[in-house]
Amino acid sequence: MSERNASSSGTPGAGGTGGVGGFRDRLLGRVKLSGWLALAAPLLAVLFAALITSVVLLIAGSSPLDAFDALAQYGTQPRTMAVILNSATMYYISALAVAIGFRMNLFNIGVDGQYRLAAVVAAGVGGAALLPGVLNILLVLVVAVLVGALWAGIAGLLKVKRGVSEVIATIMLNAIATGLASWLMSNHFGVLNGNELATRPIPADSQMPGMALISGTPQLVNGFLVVAIILGIAYYVLLNRTRFGFELRATGMSEPAAVASGIGVKRMIVTTMVLSGAVAGLAGMPELLGESHKYSNNFPSGLGFDGIAIALLGRNNPVGMALGALLWSFLSNSSNSLQMLNISKETADIMKGVTVLSVIIAYELVHRYRIVAEQRRAGQETAAAPAAEGAAA
Amino acid sequence: MSGQAEGTTTAPAPAGGARATSPARRFRVTTPILLLGGVGLVVLLSAVRIVTGASDITSGGTVAAALGLAVPIGLAALGGLWSERAGVVNIGLEGMMVLGTWFGAWGALQFHSPWAGVVAGAVGGALGGAIHAVATVTFGVDHIISGVAINIVGVGFTQYLSKLVFEKMPGGGTKNSPQLPEMGRLSVTFIDGPLRTLEAKQWFLLSDFAGILRGLTQGVSWFTILAILLVPLSYYILWRTAFGLRLRSCGERPVAAESLGVNVYLYKWAAVVVSGLLAGLGGAFLSIVAAGIYRDGQTGGRGYIGLAAMIFGNWRPGGLAGGAALFGYTDALQLRQGGVSVHALLLVVALLLAAMAVYQLVRQSRTVAALITAGCAALVFVVFMMTDTVPEQFTTFTPHLTTLLVLSLASQRLRMPAADGIPYRRGQTT
Repeated sequence: MSERNASSSGTPGAGGTGGVGGFRDRLLGRVKLSGWLALAAPLLAVLFAALITSVVLLIAGSSPLDAFDALAQYGTQPRTMAVILNSATMYYISALAVAIGFRMNLFNIGVDGQYRLAAVVAAGVGGAALLPGVLNILLVLVVAVLVGALWAGIAGLLKVKRGVSEVIATIMLNAIATGLASWLMSNHFGVLNGNELATRPIPADSQMPGMALISGTPQLVNGFLVVAIILGIAYYVLLNRTRFGFELRATGMSEPAAVASGIGVKRMIVTTMVLSGAVAGLAGMPELLGESHKYSNNFPSGLGFDGIAIALLGRNNPVGMALGALLWSFLSNSSNSLQMLNISKETADIMKGVTVLSVIIAYELVHRYRIVAEQRRAGQETAAAPAAEGAAA
Repeated sequence: MSGQAEGTTTAPAPAGGARATSPARRFRVTTPILLLGGVGLVVLLSAVRIVTGASDITSGGTVAAALGLAVPIGLAALGGLWSERAGVVNIGLEGMMVLGTWFGAWGALQFHSPWAGVVAGAVGGALGGAIHAVATVTFGVDHIISGVAINIVGVGFTQYLSKLVFEKMPGGGTKNSPQLPEMGRLSVTFIDGPLRTLEAKQWFLLSDFAGILRGLTQGVSWFTILAILLVPLSYYILWRTAFGLRLRSCGERPVAAESLGVNVYLYKWAAVVVSGLLAGLGGAFLSIVAAGIYRDGQTGGRGYIGLAAMIFGNWRPGGLAGGAALFGYTDALQLRQGGVSVHALLLVVALLLAAMAVYQLVRQSRTVAALITAGCAALVFVVFMMTDTVPEQFTTFTPHLTTLLVLSLASQRLRMPAADGIPYRRGQTT
């Protein structure tokens, strides 16, 4: 398995097309798409996804226009907007965790297990109220970060020490985390309340306060929005303005070059994995500290996979991912409105999936278009130059 | 080949490097060694059964369940083999399997025949394969990214479809189908009675062999037999025909293949579609034979485990069948007296680790490695002695943990196709 990654990341640009323009580099935002193309690609992809969804709806015998209208109507209500913002916060943090790995060609598919295990342990510790007030919030956050980092660190160590691909390792760790979490719930942290097995709720003085940002609704916006924005900025600064970030990106672009310039690739792999896991540990915190205040079966699931999709949509760009998280959250939350039209809400899932696939392909096509245009321009210039010389002679 | 060169420079473990220099490292796996190993394993299991009293670890029921659970994993692994031999990494196996479960159930219900379901499941999986082929081969998208996307799409699409189709059927619901028509099973009836009595005696070794034989000969679905036959068939096609040689050359050195007139795109397309077809068959097996019903989330990550089985099997049909059997067996144990059986398995693991430590010390003279292995063996043994049973939540991830452990022990010796996972564009020079 190590060879799998060595060979794919070892080839310059990993894309096989050579040079700086490897596919993964383009997709993960390591190569800048110029100006309007960067916007056009995802827009085209979303339109294409809407088209495919329309076809699916037509086949099922419903009107696509009504469906999109219902989505838009529902999504623009003040209460829904607050809810969308709240889930987008979680999606965004999860996407950041995935993106940290992506920038180094590490596929942390295990964000899902990391955030859930972190949430269970953090909920158990927070519910025990070992510390008063704000200190308890900090304790919960530290626990979540540590658990997420440790769980991801296992995959990092296995990759470095034993050559196990992080893709397989994290997928297996996801399943193990699920079992471990349910064991922790039923044996240590869980309290049976009626039919529901949940952790003790976090005391009121240690809950994250909400913000009344959107007028016209009692629904508060989760205070974690601020944390998510800070994390996004930190992500940008860390990757683009620090030595560590440079080494991380360099390793992701070309491992041999990184080795040649004295970067300890193995150490980078473990560090990046741990960092990614640490951020992943925070993904469940908006829900835990700001909404439900406990871990139960109703805790959001599958955030890790949403994070992967959003990181791909936003090309690992902090702003792009924020937009992607909002779109994702809009589709997830508004899908309930479809049921009023007797359309299954899974339609939104189809649209999400198709969006991701077509965004990936759109970036590739846009890139090829640019290459061809550039070649044509260069060709015209070189063709024009000798002609001018000939005229002078 | 650049892939291989980098493979050695970035080769993981210092242990791998040390091993490469050790002369004792190479031994060829031959048929006698395989048979001897198999018999040795049964002796070990038998001894553990006597010591721990976990009677289910070699019972006919467990073996039959293991066979049934190994089939979908093995089919997914075969799917992985086809596509990765042509140089396309297929993480999307899971999504194609999910498609297979739904289409399999739908086909069986629509045409009132389980075999129609098998065909439909294969077609559904092949559709998923075709999407993967469009993305990776035609558009040159990164293989892992496309695969992850297919897994997301596969789940959403089947949930949508089951709501659309199964909910309206009597006995169906939003998350499950009605009961599916049953598939015929094959039993060698005349040996059932004697084997059963022999098994009940609980004798050392004899009863275990009786249990294993009974599990392999009683109530075996025709689909299982088909799946087992697909392993030698894949071997024949991929290693003994011109088509297979060309397909594998696309996974090793596509540029060279193209220069010899092989249509690399076409071969990769064919490989990925067959890969999806096989994964779809695996999914159809789950819904039609294993459960007799389609359920949401039925695959439970078996596509990924199949991929791991293929890696464990070193990208070879025989090896992946062994991997599938191993994972199927650990999967079956959790169903049969889960806590007790998995607990007994701990003793097996401890003994195997101890044997490995001795091997490392005596044959390879690797003292440090032997000490570490012996330490692990002791640790597992202590855990075994301190506990009576394994909590049921832990038994659910036994196959996944096994996968992880096996890969971390075996990863260094494996050799993947040289150009696996690298997007290929026609006209590229390297």
